[in-house]
Amino acid sequence: MNCKLDIVCETGLQFFGKMSSSNFHEIKNALAIINENAGLLEDFSNMTSEGRIIDSERLMVLARKIMKQVRRTDEIVRNINRFSHSVDDFVKRVDVGETVGFVATISERFAVMRGVVLEPKHPETQVRIITSPFFLENLIWLCLDFAMNAAGDGKTVGLITEETESGARVRFTRLDALGESSENMFPTEREEALIKVLGAYLTVNTEAGEIILGLAKTI
Amino acid sequence: MSEKVLLVDDERDFVETLAERMEARGMEVSTATSAKEALKKVDEESFDAVILDLMMPEMDGLEALTVFKKKKPELQIILLTGQATVQKGVEAMKLGAMDFVEKPADLKVLTEKIKEAQAQKMLLVEERNKEKIESIIRGKSW
Repeated sequence: MNCKLDIVCETGLQFFGKMSSSNFHEIKNALAIINENAGLLEDFSNMTSEGRIIDSERLMVLARKIMKQVRRTDEIVRNINRFSHSVDDFVKRVDVGETVGFVATISERFAVMRGVVLEPKHPETQVRIITSPFFLENLIWLCLDFAMNAAGDGKTVGLITEETESGARVRFTRLDALGESSENMFPTEREEALIKVLGAYLTVNTEAGEIILGLAKTI
Repeated sequence: MSEKVLLVDDERDFVETLAERMEARGMEVSTATSAKEALKKVDEESFDAVILDLMMPEMDGLEALTVFKKKKPELQIILLTGQATVQKGVEAMKLGAMDFVEKPADLKVLTEKIKEAQAQKMLLVEERNKEKIESIIRGKSW
């Protein structure tokens, strides 16, 4: 059997692994907080069996902290589940604004680590195209990854989805240091390969501090 | 002698609760929610062990570990992480970490490692003092 892994598959697998491990890391953080709070409850329980009195308000605070982390974990699991299902259909109708918001959500940890704030702005009306949901998420992430490094001192990346005659466009804005980032480094062959798959285009506007990802109405 | 520990993690709820549990076990605990805050505390005080989260905003655990070891080589650092990979563990040990613990951590295990860290630090400080005394003695013409 002669099986050659092409760049699109390789990039997709890397993206899947990166997002999964980052979100699983978040679950571990939430579990660690639950673990410590449960441990403290156990400590309190041991203290009461020794005759010490524990303020009920303290118990309530611990219960609330545990519930908060359970909600956090539930949201992360829901996101990972949705992300995993994005490979179910190779091509389908996709709400671009909603997909951009979703990629921003699952990339949140990467933004926090770099001290960058993501500001996705949802369009007033839905912008729908027929495309590959997974590869669209992958290309949005690659643009976002580059954009976060080009955010400069403003430390903010705006994500604006707009409808166009030919389909849709996503603008990655407020990239104060875009001129300082090497233009030759973006797009790389990975983005180029995904651009081909999605019938998309990329424009880097250094003066405006923007990257524009244009998407075809249908692929 | 109670162990003096610095807990560093960007999850405030985690450090606060773990600190309370450790204090209930007789340890003296300080907390920091960023590597920068931890560096300031390490400059101001002496600790037997630093429990350091590997993944933190601005300066991650490995970067912080390098800076800590440069500032105070005797510092015993235990890395704590939710994303344990063999590669990261090896890297951390090469940079001078005393140990590597995966989240959620078992407090009994962590306490044992802290006690080990305290003993290790005492040995290093003792050795250093001995070297200093020997150097003073050698430098004097009695």
